[in-house]
Amino acid sequence: MALAPPLLRLRGIGMRFGDLIANDGIDLDVAAGEIVALLGENGAGKTTLMNILFGHYVADAGEIAIADEAGRLAPLTQGSPQAALAAGIGMVHQHFALAHNLSGLENIMLGTVPLFGLRLPRREVRARLKQLIAETGLAVDLDTPVRALSVGERQRIEILKALSRRARVLVLDEPTAVLAPLDAEHLFGAIRTLAARGLAVIFISHKLSEVLALAHRIVVLRHGRKVADLPAEGADRETLARHMIGHALERPEPTAPRAGPPVLELQGVTCGTGRDRLRDATLTLRGGEIVGIAGVSGNGQRGLAGILSGLERRESGRVLICGEPAGATARQMVARGVGRLTEDRHHDGIAGDLTVAENLILERTRSPQVQRHGLLRRRAIRAEAEAAIRAFDVRCPGPDAPIRLLSGGNIQKLLLARALHGHPRLILANQPTRGLDIGATGEVHRRLQEAAAGGAGVLLISEDLDELLALAHRIAVLHAGHLTPAIETARLDVQTIGLAMAGHAAGAFAPIEAAAS
Amino acid sequence: MTTLRLRMEPRPSPSALLMLGVPVLSALAALLLALVILTVTGAPLGQAVPLLVSGAAGSLFAVTETLTRATPLIFTGLAAAVAFRARLWNIGGEGQLYAGALAAVAVGGGAISAPPYLLVPLVMLAGAAAGALLLLGPVLLKTRLAVDEVVTTLLLNFVMLLFVQMMLEGPMQDPMGMGWPQSAPMVDEAALPKLVAQMRLHAGLILALAAAALVHVLIRRTALGLEMRAVGGNAAAARFAGISVPGTLIITGLFSGALAGLAGASEVAGLKGYLTTDLSPGFGYAGIVVAMLAQLNALAVVPAAIFIAAVFVGADSMSRTLAISNYFADLVVALALMCTLAGSLFLRYRLRLMRTPA
Repeated sequence: MALAPPLLRLRGIGMRFGDLIANDGIDLDVAAGEIVALLGENGAGKTTLMNILFGHYVADAGEIAIADEAGRLAPLTQGSPQAALAAGIGMVHQHFALAHNLSGLENIMLGTVPLFGLRLPRREVRARLKQLIAETGLAVDLDTPVRALSVGERQRIEILKALSRRARVLVLDEPTAVLAPLDAEHLFGAIRTLAARGLAVIFISHKLSEVLALAHRIVVLRHGRKVADLPAEGADRETLARHMIGHALERPEPTAPRAGPPVLELQGVTCGTGRDRLRDATLTLRGGEIVGIAGVSGNGQRGLAGILSGLERRESGRVLICGEPAGATARQMVARGVGRLTEDRHHDGIAGDLTVAENLILERTRSPQVQRHGLLRRRAIRAEAEAAIRAFDVRCPGPDAPIRLLSGGNIQKLLLARALHGHPRLILANQPTRGLDIGATGEVHRRLQEAAAGGAGVLLISEDLDELLALAHRIAVLHAGHLTPAIETARLDVQTIGLAMAGHAAGAFAPIEAAAS
Repeated sequence: MTTLRLRMEPRPSPSALLMLGVPVLSALAALLLALVILTVTGAPLGQAVPLLVSGAAGSLFAVTETLTRATPLIFTGLAAAVAFRARLWNIGGEGQLYAGALAAVAVGGGAISAPPYLLVPLVMLAGAAAGALLLLGPVLLKTRLAVDEVVTTLLLNFVMLLFVQMMLEGPMQDPMGMGWPQSAPMVDEAALPKLVAQMRLHAGLILALAAAALVHVLIRRTALGLEMRAVGGNAAAARFAGISVPGTLIITGLFSGALAGLAGASEVAGLKGYLTTDLSPGFGYAGIVVAMLAQLNALAVVPAAIFIAAVFVGADSMSRTLAISNYFADLVVALALMCTLAGSLFLRYRLRLMRTPA
């Protein structure tokens, strides 16, 4: 592979944003048919580099060249997405750019067919897409409005859109961040097929296992610099992690459970609707214990999290927090000693334009620590925010900065500070490390383990089996709204959990995170 | 060869200077654009501009007229600013203003006799309550049934104006009014005192300034204000944090409606003395422009309202002298809104000039 002439060549790419050096002299070659993984922590410069390639930014320094039909490298006009598209560069962003009210077919035609044409060439486009789908295995219903499609299907639409524009280089920005393990497996299959047909693929990720499973070559970025460029064959997690974070990978050490009194008892609880429905769930969680809930998203996790967040009303069954009936509202749950981490930080975790300090106290706007006679105690709030920023190592300009300026990891650390305020007896950690880099993930894990060691019960809802196996003392599996009994982690293996996650499905299903480890 | 290109890049956080500069420049840009159109009409710019300025601020009379005109605009501007903070799109300031005015004449038009220190507060309270009640319906429809408040508040403006007309031609018509559709005059005890001898400026301005200060404290310094901003910033996050989104919207709506109602009450009790259907030349709508120009900042509503009022008053004076239509003022107000919206873009993005190889 390395000997093949490059299809795409980046040389000396440099980019600054104010004081921040996002890219510093990065070289990158990609050959046809090659899958190159761009590995790095959040903020390492991966997305910036790809945005330069795609023409969203103009680099301060460096050149981009792409091979023409004859295979000769020709310079690419920078700063022009149209030029990048015309040269055959396709990009699938982390956040999809699809019109939700249109069907997949219409979304793909957007931008590819002339705007003022009298007739939409639906039949031609459909025929070409049918062929593409047959060749790549990217199966998706082209006529369903995008809003009714799953995340995985939307991603396939995006990829088909890029392919239908005759992409020769496909850039996928953290494509698995939003996918369940099964969908990720399908995606990997499709990527391998596409590469075998000669497509060059650049795959951005910060997950070691999937990079090792998929890529031919791995390029590691750290603080805007290329620190490693090595074949995937023979690479191992430890080496990659060292390149990526600059020091050896710390894995959470499993802690011994200290079974205290029950902090959470679910007795035949049913709640939620549709894919979020939880059916007749029974579970006991003791103080000092971490219980993991494995399962693919959309199997009742939202119903379970909703009940414990105080947002969802139960239809039947009983919920006891420390032996007492649970509250009916979010405020009551917080008052009962429940610390809650939401699944989607940006959607319902933070209000972006509010300051770091304001977001920190948002759950306690009526508490005497925060206000007196309705007036905010600004000095006390500021002091509390400064303490939290220090204690949780939240990197931010200060307590008065709008929280939207913070990175995902730092937002999660602040939300962790909010959830852990007042030493909650029960902690609901719903996908607590989704989308976080290794550094922030380690910090979140350490905090949860500390809280459990301090006597709190932690309910860890996660799709990441590595995380569950490393942290949880017991694991239960959610499938189609049914919760299995929680089994000691020592008695479980990946296959057993995987089978349970797939319901009664065949054993062919094995979560990819687990398969690679 | 290289070409120069302009690109927009996200700006991390706007500086204080920019927060101030953008609205000021937007206002100036609106004036300049309006002057361009003025030239097209053939008006002599050399005369028009001085007339505009002196008409708005050239004498004690001009200044007091501008401030008189600014008074209702401060109220309606605050009404919009409070509501928009919580993403409650109250477009019904005009209707709430008339509701407030109607309640004010109902209370202060002789129905109750009391000394001024009781009657004036009562009149203002009635106006505030009426404005608040008028917005309560749309807010409840929004929180209960997810009905778009833009539509309901906007349409209620017309309903309210017709209702006022009905009342003024019916039960509330002045028996001494020789058949004109106007209410009975406010009794002297209900009138807001004048601030400057011989001028129309009245104590409504003091109330408006106090309201601006109070709203500023409410939004910035109180737990309720934080909840309003949280609901406006991200309702899902507010809900997760245990803030009652419907409750906060209802309280926000009551505040907003009350402020617009005060605009109407202060106009009849301080300026007109009775109610007619031409009480407001669109103060409710202009309040939206004021709030946008002020970037929804309660304190900034005051200078923004004074600017818009000065344009109205100056344009009036200019149009009388030069025989130009006084629609010129509406033109400036409309342009000010557009320039502010365009200007807000620069708060979020910066323009970067860059060289690219062609």
